[in-house]
Amino acid sequence: MKAVVIGVGNRLRGDDGVGLAVCDLLLEDPPSNTEVYGFEHVPAELCEHWEGASSVVLVDACVSEGSEPGAIRRLNARDTPLAADTLRLSTHGFGLAEAIELARSLDALPPRLCVYAIEGRSFERGEGLSPAVAAAAKTVAAQIRAELEASCTSAP
Amino acid sequence: MSKGKGKTRTIKVDYLARVEGEGALYVKIKGDTVESAQLRIFEPPRFFEAFLRGRAYHEAPDITARICGICPVAYQMSAVHAMEQALGVKVEGQLRALRRLLYCGEWIESHALHVFMLHAPDFLGYPDAIAMAKDHPDVVRQALKVKNTGNAIVARVGGREIHPINVKVGGFYRVPTRAEFKDLRAEIEEARDLTVGHIPFLAGLDIPELERDYEFVSLRNPGEYPMNEGRLVSNKGLDIAIEDYNDHFTEVHAEHSNALQSFVNGRGSYLCGPLARYNLGYEELRPIAKEAAAKAGLGPTVNNPFKSIVVRAVEVLHALDEALAIIDAYERPDQPAVTVTPRAGVGHACTEAPRGILYHRYVLDDEGNILEAKIVPPTSQNQRCIEEDLREVVLARLEFDDAALTHACEQAIRNYDPCISCATHFLKLHVERS
Repeated sequence: MKAVVIGVGNRLRGDDGVGLAVCDLLLEDPPSNTEVYGFEHVPAELCEHWEGASSVVLVDACVSEGSEPGAIRRLNARDTPLAADTLRLSTHGFGLAEAIELARSLDALPPRLCVYAIEGRSFERGEGLSPAVAAAAKTVAAQIRAELEASCTSAP
Repeated sequence: MSKGKGKTRTIKVDYLARVEGEGALYVKIKGDTVESAQLRIFEPPRFFEAFLRGRAYHEAPDITARICGICPVAYQMSAVHAMEQALGVKVEGQLRALRRLLYCGEWIESHALHVFMLHAPDFLGYPDAIAMAKDHPDVVRQALKVKNTGNAIVARVGGREIHPINVKVGGFYRVPTRAEFKDLRAEIEEARDLTVGHIPFLAGLDIPELERDYEFVSLRNPGEYPMNEGRLVSNKGLDIAIEDYNDHFTEVHAEHSNALQSFVNGRGSYLCGPLARYNLGYEELRPIAKEAAAKAGLGPTVNNPFKSIVVRAVEVLHALDEALAIIDAYERPDQPAVTVTPRAGVGHACTEAPRGILYHRYVLDDEGNILEAKIVPPTSQNQRCIEEDLREVVLARLEFDDAALTHACEQAIRNYDPCISCATHFLKLHVERS
C-alpha cells in the first residue's frame, strides 16, 4: 500500500516554506512505502503524482482570520471539497484547492486524502520559519509519520 | 444603461499583481466605433535588468529564470546563448541537443497547461478547467499526463521541474547517462500518441473568425523548427542577425501602460509565438506534426489567432517527437560543459519561449561582470497585436452584452498565452456605459 506526502510552498517567502519543511523532516528518516514530494508551485497535474497511492497527505501554509501562527488544521479532502479560499496563499494562480477539485472532477482522488494547513505568520521575502510555525512543522511531521504507520498496520 | 447608437460603452478589466506581471483590459466603444482598446501589462523583467548589473556572467541564467515559473528554461536559454556570444563560446553536438530537449520539455508543459487548462474552457463555455473536467474527464486527464511528461523531461535534464538548476553558460553542470532516459522514452511515446488524438478534438472546437494581415516574427535556422538559435525573420521581409535586433525593433512607452510595447521599425506591430513559428517554420515541422496539422485542416499558413490553440497542440506533438529523436541519438558527452573564460564583450540572443521570441542582451566587463542587461519578453512584443485584435473582436461583436463581450475579449487575449492568462480568476470586471 503506497502512500504519498506532498508539501507545497516557497522557501524564499518565510512561513510559506512550511510544507517543504515538513517534507524535509520526513525525509530525515523516510517512512516505508512512502513517496515524499516538495513543490514550489502547485502543479495542475497534482493527481498524476499520487496515481496508485492509497493514502495521500498534502501540507501547505495558510492564513485565516483569528488563528494563531502555528495553528494546525487537518482537513479530510476526500469527503469534503475544500473552499477555494481555504488555501489561498498558493505561490501561483492554480492553488491547492483547485488542483484537488480538478482531481475530484476527474474522479482521481485517492481512497484517503488529507490536507494539513499550517497557519503562517510572515510571508515576507527571506528564508526561515517563525518559531511557532517551525514547531508546528515538527508536530505535523510526527503526526503524519504516526498516521502512515497506523494505516500500514491496519492495511489488509 | 442603454447601448444604442452613439452611446459610449466602456469595458474595463482590472487586474491584480502576479508573479509574472500585472495587466488590465480597457475597451471604449462609441456607437459603432472602438475608440480605444488597451492592454496594460507591467513587466517585472525591468527590475531584473537592474538586479543583473554588477553580477557575474554565470549568474544570469539562474537569476533570469526567476522571472517566470512557467518558462524559466526560456530565460535560461536566452541568457546562456547571449553570454556565450559575448564570451566567444559555441556549444554544439550533444550539449546543444540536450538544450533543445530541455526546451522541448518546457514547450510541452507550458502549451499543455495553456491549451487545456486555460484556453479550451473558453471555447467550450466552461468557467474553468475544473468544470470542463467533469464533462471531458478523458481529455483533461490525458492533457495532465502530457504536461507531466514535459515536466519529467525538464526534471531529467534540468535537475528539477521548475527553475531548473542544471543549466550553465557553456553547457550543464551534469549530463544524464543514456540509461537515465530509458523510462522517459516510453512516457514520451505515450504522450505523443495522446497528442495525436487531441489535435482533432481541438480542431473541432467552435473557433471564432478573425483574420488580420499580421507581421509574423520568429527565429529561422535551416534544418530545424524555430527554437534556440538562428536569424530573425518575418513574412514582411525581415531577415536579420540577432545582433541587429536593436536596429530593427523599437520599444515604445505607451502612455496607458508601464510596460514597453515593441514595434518593427517603419511598420508597426508584429506577432511572435506559435502562430509565427508555424507560419515561418512550417517546412521544418516533423512529419508527424505536419500530418496532424493537415488532418486538422491547417494549411502552411494560419492567420486566425483563435486557431493558435490547435497550432500549440501541433507544436506539442512536434516537441514530443523531436524529444524522442534527441533521446534516441543521445550519447553522453565527455564533458558536461565547454570551458568559458571571462572577457569583455557584448552578447545578444533570441530564443523561442513558448509565447514567442525572448531577447537578451548583455554587456560584460573584462572580468565577466554584467554592466548592462536588456530583456524583451514575448508578451510585451505581442502586446500591440493583442490590442489590435481586441479592436477587431469588439467591432465584430458590438451587439453582444457586456458579459459576452468581455468573454470574447479574454478569449482573444488568451490566444497569445500572455502571463496574465495564468490568472483568469484574478480578473475583475467593471463595465461603465454612458
